[in-house]
Amino acid sequence: MSPSAVVPGELGSGAAPSRWSFRDKILLSTGPFTHEMFEPSEEAVAALGEMQILVIGAGGLGCEILKNLALSGFKKIHVIDMDTIDVSNLNRQFLFRHSDVGKSKAEVAAKFVEKRVKGVSITPHNCRIQDKDEDFYLQFNSIICGLDSIEARRWINATLVNMVDEEQLQEGISDSLKPLIDGGTEGFKGQSRVILPTMTSCIECQLDMHAPRAAVPLCTLATIPRQPEHCIEWAHIIAWDQEKPFPDVDNKLDNDDPEHITWLYQKALARAQEFNISGVTYSMTQGVVKNIIPAIASTNAIIAASCCNEAFKLATTSNPSLGDGENNYMMYSGNEGIYTYTFKHEQKEDCPVCGQKAKDLTVDPEWTLQEFIESLAGRADAQLKKPSVRTAEGKSLYMQSPESLELKTRPNLEKKLRDLVENGHELAVTDPAFATVSFRFAIHYR
Amino acid sequence: MTEVVADQTPPILKGPSDKEKKYDRQLRLWGGQGQQALENAHILLVNSGSGVVGIETLKNLVLPGIGKFTILDTGIVSETDLGVNFFLDEDCLGQPRAEACTALLRELNPDVEGEGHLLEKDGLSGYLQDHHLYTLILFSYPIDPTSVSHIEEYGRKHRIPLVSMHSAGFYSYFRIVLPGSFPIVDTHPDSTATTDLRLLNPWPELSQFAAGLTKDIDSLDAHAHGHIPYIAILLHYLKIWKDENGSFPSTYKEKTLFREKVSSAMRKDTPEGGEENFEEATAAVLKTVSVPALPGSVKEVFDYEPAEIDADSNFWIIAKAVKAFYAQHNQLPLPGSVPDMKAQSTTYVQLQNIYKAKARQDVAEVIEMVRTHPHGKGIDAGEVETFCKNAAFIKLIRGPDASPRSLGEIARKEFQSDEEAAAWGGPVSLFPIYLALRATSHESSTRVADILSEVDASIPDVASNEHLKKVVEEVARAQGGELHNISSLTGGMTSQEVIKIITKQYIPIDNTCVFDGITSRAQIFRT
Ligand SMILES: [Zn+2]
Repeated sequence: MSPSAVVPGELGSGAAPSRWSFRDKILLSTGPFTHEMFEPSEEAVAALGEMQILVIGAGGLGCEILKNLALSGFKKIHVIDMDTIDVSNLNRQFLFRHSDVGKSKAEVAAKFVEKRVKGVSITPHNCRIQDKDEDFYLQFNSIICGLDSIEARRWINATLVNMVDEEQLQEGISDSLKPLIDGGTEGFKGQSRVILPTMTSCIECQLDMHAPRAAVPLCTLATIPRQPEHCIEWAHIIAWDQEKPFPDVDNKLDNDDPEHITWLYQKALARAQEFNISGVTYSMTQGVVKNIIPAIASTNAIIAASCCNEAFKLATTSNPSLGDGENNYMMYSGNEGIYTYTFKHEQKEDCPVCGQKAKDLTVDPEWTLQEFIESLAGRADAQLKKPSVRTAEGKSLYMQSPESLELKTRPNLEKKLRDLVENGHELAVTDPAFATVSFRFAIHYR
Repeated sequence: MTEVVADQTPPILKGPSDKEKKYDRQLRLWGGQGQQALENAHILLVNSGSGVVGIETLKNLVLPGIGKFTILDTGIVSETDLGVNFFLDEDCLGQPRAEACTALLRELNPDVEGEGHLLEKDGLSGYLQDHHLYTLILFSYPIDPTSVSHIEEYGRKHRIPLVSMHSAGFYSYFRIVLPGSFPIVDTHPDSTATTDLRLLNPWPELSQFAAGLTKDIDSLDAHAHGHIPYIAILLHYLKIWKDENGSFPSTYKEKTLFREKVSSAMRKDTPEGGEENFEEATAAVLKTVSVPALPGSVKEVFDYEPAEIDADSNFWIIAKAVKAFYAQHNQLPLPGSVPDMKAQSTTYVQLQNIYKAKARQDVAEVIEMVRTHPHGKGIDAGEVETFCKNAAFIKLIRGPDASPRSLGEIARKEFQSDEEAAAWGGPVSLFPIYLALRATSHESSTRVADILSEVDASIPDVASNEHLKKVVEEVARAQGGELHNISSLTGGMTSQEVIKIITKQYIPIDNTCVFDGITSRAQIFRT
């Protein structure tokens, strides 16, 4: 069988006929691996230009994603990012120039791509994703995430899962289901994944694949530092609060203020000298305090293009995509040769966001509620930093806000867990980072 | 106390320079030396076909600050280019593509020099004259065979790496030809890679220090007991084990028993119900209580006979000395680093110094051997030290002289394993993608029958493979057209490899990477 090619014709408005000829060779013919539902047609090509795509993040991945979408034929693109351009972005965020430092990432990126690729419209949103409501997210066909924050990913994931109208879905109307394509990088490594909210494994199902780094115990920082990082953390966590060096700004640490970093660096260096520890540098101080993740143009290019390739296949059905059922996750590592691992991450039935079942949690009954709450931050599969806890019956055990309720529930923090909840019963945990989601944990005593 | 020290010796403040600020996120990966290597490099791109994959590769090299690039291209910017190439706009229509792309690429980084030239037909050899200009040459398919031979000749003559790329539709590959054997010292092993702690053959200073810490282990107060570094704990119980059993635990079963012994020595009457240092010791038993075997990749370096032209290079002189060191001591030079572990600050620093001192002693011995080599006098001691520190992780990528298997052999082996994989649903080989793209290397026809006969002509007996036939159909579907996403992804992978080769850090592929944008997978072959 040879591919049934259709001669590319006049497409869209403005663009000359041959501009998209490479892409249209694919879209106007059937391949040996395309799904039998795929029908090459001019209408399908035109539909691509009508789809609305949201890009979250206009950083290293976001810049690449905007370029890739524009050159895939998407014409109605929105981008959301609250950040401004920093000089350390320029080694990879190629839509920005030195003269753009300090300006909104979303606005500069949108303008640049609109100017370079004629016929594409990119609407910038210079704000937090949490500032937008469901109506905003409902207008898109799919969403591509290029973020460096796990919190923001979890928030958009939870929001999209909650938006799915199960009843409509059962009647075959999938308007409320927004595919989420997510990319992330660290150094020479990265991953891309496709999520069909409620239908396939979600970000929260996969949370334990991105375990937080174990924190150094406070007593090590305070009394027995051994590594340069311990001295920096001491300056950051202990000395800063004790010495309050910048009363003019309420002693609020600004990670981007070189004076603040310099103060921490000097403190850390002095402490390191006291303990004969070598290796504290300005760069290391900055890295530890800001939790800097190495980032390069090459890896962003790989992961962003992988995300956009999946978005293109999903939108056009011109070939099977991640998320079609077989696989949904690609891991990439370039440290030692090149290694990809493409697999299916299974949905978890006890996923607090998309599952139906409470997650089983085995805990020590002698723990105080305080200890339980602290443990939720460190667990790879929970990572909740400001949890409020209720019983399944709705009784508040501890609430972070409002203040009056916090005061009222604070005495419970000292109480033993066994006195607050019966073995096998459920607790509902909420966290301001995930506005609408309630995490259900079934408590089992050791 | 802290205040006093700070006042006496105010730290010399060296904030980051503007360049360090701009490159901060990458300097954390390849450091100042790697950056310097990039800035010294001059990359030539011979762009051909629709040429997006080459430009996307360059983008990722201009951004991190490669010294200079040159683009040679016969192309004139057309409408089709504007649909796939981001480094062109409508104002560029009708201009030489090399010049237009160069201008827009240079905007990305004012520190980078770049030039682009319209290549006349048969003009390539003029640019590849005798003088050694380029650090590495990139070229993209489809391209005429004469150009390929010019490039290959230049690569051989000047001993520089060549990287070819081909992207069409949802498929791509790139292939690296290194000029000879390519050794890497700074491979950046994973942080979980085990360091050699010499627990089974400690040197006297270490034994004495550890024995001092564990002398009255059972009568130590809670604080002291809970702060013995795990290295000392393990050395203590290993000695007891050896006294009782005549030898160190060596089998898995013995080590498990030993681990239980260490674990049971932990005091449980503490407020936490245990001791962190003993937990660390228990967890470290299986990984550290063993004489590390010579890693296969290091053995390969020891056994390798470098070509005459390479033999007097610093790497091979040091490698020879380290090999002699190994022959004499039956162990590699000590790396000298100590993982973090629960301990008093002073104890830990003392322990670090004991390991460092021993490492220095080993380095001195290696340096002595290096100096006996006729060309070893001028080798920097720091280079020997770096080599010794990384000795367990050095890696050699063999050059093209190491006889590769024929494409037919690889294909048969891949098809064979596909049959086995089919039984358990494993992924299918991507080798057919390489064969199919390779058959369209020189702007020949992209009709299915023609591609298949081209494959058949160069590699008999494989064209009948059913999967290959499908792959050929998909290649024909694209009719040689690039998809921006696939070319951008391939440019990303290629630039990662170029950076590894230029900085001589991390481990590059050996030597062909095929990407399948349909199943989203990459696979490496040595072709
Ligand atoms: Zn889930």
